[in-house]
Amino acid sequence: MASVEKGFDALAAQRRCLEYRRRILEISQQVTALHVAPAFSCLEMVDLIYSGLMRPSAEGLSPRFLDSFLMSKGHGCLSQYVILENFGVLEKSDLQNYCTPIGQLGAHPDFGVPGIEASTGSLGHGMGIATGMAYADRIKGDDRHIFVVLSDGELQEGSTWEAIMMAANLNLHNLIAFVDLNDFGGLARMSEGHPAFYPVLDKIRAFGWEAIEVNGHDAAAMHDGFLNRSRKKPLMIVGKTVKGKGVSFMEHVPIWHYRSPNKEEYAQALAELGEVSS
Amino acid sequence: MRNTFADTFYEAGTRDKRLAVVVADISPAGSIQKFREDFPDRFVNTGVSEQIMIGMCAGMALRGLRPFAYTIATFTLFRPFEFVRNDLCYQNLPVTVVGIGGGVTYSTLGGTHHAMEDVAVAGAIPNLTILAPCDPDETKAATLWCVEQTRGPVYLRLGKAGEPDFTSIAVDPWEFGKVRYLRNGQDVCIFSYGPIMKLAVELADRFEKSGKSVSLISVHTLKPLDREGISTALAAHKHAIVIEECVPRGGLAGQVKEIAWDQKADCRLDAFSLQDEFIHCYGTHSDLLAAHGLSIESLVQQLKIV
Ligand SMILES: Cc1ncc(C[n+]2csc(CCOP(=O)(O)OP(=O)(O)O)c2C)c(N)n1
Repeated sequence: MASVEKGFDALAAQRRCLEYRRRILEISQQVTALHVAPAFSCLEMVDLIYSGLMRPSAEGLSPRFLDSFLMSKGHGCLSQYVILENFGVLEKSDLQNYCTPIGQLGAHPDFGVPGIEASTGSLGHGMGIATGMAYADRIKGDDRHIFVVLSDGELQEGSTWEAIMMAANLNLHNLIAFVDLNDFGGLARMSEGHPAFYPVLDKIRAFGWEAIEVNGHDAAAMHDGFLNRSRKKPLMIVGKTVKGKGVSFMEHVPIWHYRSPNKEEYAQALAELGEVSS
Repeated sequence: MRNTFADTFYEAGTRDKRLAVVVADISPAGSIQKFREDFPDRFVNTGVSEQIMIGMCAGMALRGLRPFAYTIATFTLFRPFEFVRNDLCYQNLPVTVVGIGGGVTYSTLGGTHHAMEDVAVAGAIPNLTILAPCDPDETKAATLWCVEQTRGPVYLRLGKAGEPDFTSIAVDPWEFGKVRYLRNGQDVCIFSYGPIMKLAVELADRFEKSGKSVSLISVHTLKPLDREGISTALAAHKHAIVIEECVPRGGLAGQVKEIAWDQKADCRLDAFSLQDEFIHCYGTHSDLLAAHGLSIESLVQQLKIV
């Protein structure tokens, strides 16, 4: 496995993400509704965190990683589920039983499920929990990074900003957050309905964080941002993304926030994504 | 219910310019979208910011408007709880807080989206009226009442979409603050409210098949509770049953027991509610209710109906 501080194999990451997108679409055919577009939006971030940033535990040890990950935008958790499946933390049967009474996976991540470190789904909770974890690790002397993925919608919750300010007060440079900046909430574009939402980067910096803005589907750029961090402040990687990334008819189209494609749409989506080359 | 609410609200909004709706990044169902297009000034989307959704409603009410806050029940009541309590209830402002998906309606979305305690939590706050219609018709009546009322803040608890009709052949009309007989009988009375009325109807049918006559009662106004109406029903039936989609403490069941104790009622009294437990079960709404013991099979068995 490529180590964190060495390079990051961007091509391999692209291949994995293609596989993950296909798998998420496959799961979409089992249920009437799921959050496809939110998962596609943050997939490269979550993949980078698991495959490029989190340090693995020694072979055979549980949990699988020394570092922690919180999916603060809980409704994007299909991205996390398919990755945990790939790592063998979740079983294939877990995903087959997604959102059924015999399964253990619901539409939001649940603490207690293998690989899930906190129950999220109500937006704006992840940042506070992550700040608490990062602080606890520091006073206990544990060398651990806490990675968080936030949606831009969560930056509308006051609680997120309370935690952002507190993390900076505490100088928690073991805390690394990603913002999935797709310009969409559940209802409309931020840039249209809430123009004062921008600029994001300046706000985060004004709250005492180190912050960079990159393409949120460009794993290598986000990886560089991580490597080049100052290690003096908490780090926010603001990733500009496309909600529904990878399937043309889902990109920027609000209904795909929570909807399963029908058979024809499913076939079209797979065709657009293409096969995974070996 | 969502759509009936939206249609009724739209209609009322065309006549009453004080009506406004404040949502927190929730796609407006049905005619709320039309309301948004026709009356853009009276439609506000705060984004994913439930605290200011309630705060803005308070400010708008202080200026004479009649705002409705509208989102998923957990986010309309739990997330901004103290804003509901201080800004709306303490100041006694005529704001309607609409909660979509009361109880465990959003079954597959998990515990973060289950308003299992909504009625208990809302019921604890002074001044807050609670309305919990069981079907589209009651939703219409309740919404119209909210539009006109001058009492103060209201929690209007709705299901989601596609609920069947239970009340078109009701014995009584909908009247604020009064229990409503949907069926009139002598042996058993069943109290219920909200979408779980479906289970109460099924149970009433089973009792009737077994030869019992049943009063089926919609307790659509949970606060102020019609103590007199409940008391009369307890006195008139040998067997009373409460069915509710709420945690066992703080809902209707405990209050009916209180009334029964106060009047030394000598009927049998059974209560069926959600468990005092977060149940991690995903599936349909019925699957989740069944996991809480709220299925017709379980009730029939526990009540030994033959
Ligand atoms: C506190 C809270 N309010 C409302 C919701 C309902 N909800 C689910 S997703 C969503 C918004 C989606 O937009 P965003 O958060 O930006 O996520 P993304 O666009 O990345 O999917 C909302 C309002 C929620 N889950 N939590």
